[in-house]
Amino acid sequence: MEDIKRLIAKHKFYDGIFAVVGLIGLFVGLVTLTALILDLAVDGVPRLSWQFFTEFPSRFADQAGILSAWVGTTLVMIVTASAAVPLGVAAGVYLEEYAPKNWFTVLIEINIANLAAVPSIVYGLMALGLFVYQFGFGQSILTAGLTLALLILPMVIIATRESIRSIPSPIREASYALGATKWQTVRDHVLPYSTGGILTGVIIALSRAIGESAPLITIGALTFIAFLPAPPLSAEPPFVSFQWLMDPFTVMPIQMFNWVSRPQAEFHLNAAAAGLVLLMMTLVMNGIAIYIRYRFRKRIKW
Amino acid sequence: MASTRSRIRHLRERLIELILLLAASSSVVITLGIVGVLVYESAAFFEHVSIVDFLTDTQWTPLFDDAHYGILPLLAGTLVTTAIALTVAIPIGTITAIYLSEYASHRTREIIKPVMELLSAVPTVVYGYFALLFLTPLLQILMPELPGFNMLSAGLVIGIMIIPYVSSVSEDAIRAVPMHLREGSYAMGATRLQTSVRVIVPAAFSGIAAAYILGISRAIGETMVVAIAAGMQPNFTWDPREPAETITAYIVQVSLGDLPHGTIGYQTIFAAGLTLLVMTLVFNIAGYVLRKRFREVY
Repeated sequence: MEDIKRLIAKHKFYDGIFAVVGLIGLFVGLVTLTALILDLAVDGVPRLSWQFFTEFPSRFADQAGILSAWVGTTLVMIVTASAAVPLGVAAGVYLEEYAPKNWFTVLIEINIANLAAVPSIVYGLMALGLFVYQFGFGQSILTAGLTLALLILPMVIIATRESIRSIPSPIREASYALGATKWQTVRDHVLPYSTGGILTGVIIALSRAIGESAPLITIGALTFIAFLPAPPLSAEPPFVSFQWLMDPFTVMPIQMFNWVSRPQAEFHLNAAAAGLVLLMMTLVMNGIAIYIRYRFRKRIKW
Repeated sequence: MASTRSRIRHLRERLIELILLLAASSSVVITLGIVGVLVYESAAFFEHVSIVDFLTDTQWTPLFDDAHYGILPLLAGTLVTTAIALTVAIPIGTITAIYLSEYASHRTREIIKPVMELLSAVPTVVYGYFALLFLTPLLQILMPELPGFNMLSAGLVIGIMIIPYVSSVSEDAIRAVPMHLREGSYAMGATRLQTSVRVIVPAAFSGIAAAYILGISRAIGETMVVAIAAGMQPNFTWDPREPAETITAYIVQVSLGDLPHGTIGYQTIFAAGLTLLVMTLVFNIAGYVLRKRFREVY
């Protein structure tokens, strides 16, 4: 009897120890995140000013700003979103609603899973060989946007599929029963009901793309850009110009990389400030995504 | 009249299906594009450099006059940083997953999970900054002779960065273990720890292995942290305290310069990229085999 009691006490003790270890494990991540944000904030906040957003990079650390970087990031993201969203959603719809069960569908599915494991810099190498030299897009915003679009395509496809899969099949059956075709069912029922999930996935994917720098460095993004791309709108006809697509660019993470890899400590402060802005961009996007997921979940009741 | 309309409608349906099929096929095209470009440019590289030299030479100096093309120094850099990252991420990720699914209350889980996900949302260049300007000075207090660039701090930061990948996939696998296995174990008088270690982890092992493989892929392919914090000098060493260059950091280093298209220096980055792709592929195939072997069906 005493032995059993001791045994139980021993195992309860181990159980308690593991609970503590688990908490410590959690705290490693949380403490790092806090330390990282505080570290950036302490160094970076003093550099944040209106000027920091409206100045080009400069040889003088205290005059340098992130104008070309945030404009570049915005334009690249526009290209990325307009390429990845239609393609990814269409692929997701096909795989969930249309695809027959055959070897080709299986091939596509294995492919998407494998693409998600390919290192991002390899996408950059592919873009360098294909977009930059083979297609002649050059080291432009277009190349950068398309590269990141391919990178996040698997994420968009997976988010679309999961979102579509959560729609109960009676919805589709009701639509077919009223004589709707497959496409009408998809367009009028499946897509509207899955918009929330797709939007969440797209925003999270874009927030990853915003922080990516390795593939863009590989395609030859410049680290020092003291001019802006051609404006998309002009006063003279034809009013709209797509010249900016072909312009060289820099983006926020590359600007930060450039500053952090300089030896002077003053540039490290700029890097911290740029990092803080970049971090806020990704955190805000993640926040929006979580909010959208929450709202849509509340609104739709099957 | 009606038949024309239905024919048009039928045609439109087929057309839309075709467009959607093309979109879905894009993933295959991307894969072919990646493999095609890497193999094509690497083939040109291997016309100049024999594969034996590439795999056995212990120097990597492609841009010097006395050029050596041995991938080993870069490979060692990649393996050392990956190993450090995994010694951080695998224990912490697994423990976190078990804790969140078996120990934590529902409320704790709902709060902690999104915060953990944020760890993977932080841009990698920010992690690089953190490794170089926060963690390295901190480590230098403990190890005064640690150089400013070193693999240790880069590896540790990568490890923390991939914890969420390991923990969230592991947790999904653990939660998929049927409830009656847990109940059976508890009914035998097992504690939560005994149930977790002897029943749940073995049952969820194929999913947990998938999580580890994902973590390994991330660590091998991680670029900016090592490019910033581990230095950009090829250095054939297994000592994590030394600076060294990884395969990915080398690609960044060359890309930052201005190498003309078609030169051997330009081709080296594709050979390096192919090595990287083959490494992740090998680990993924290994993971696939493991998953097959340990798959538990209920």
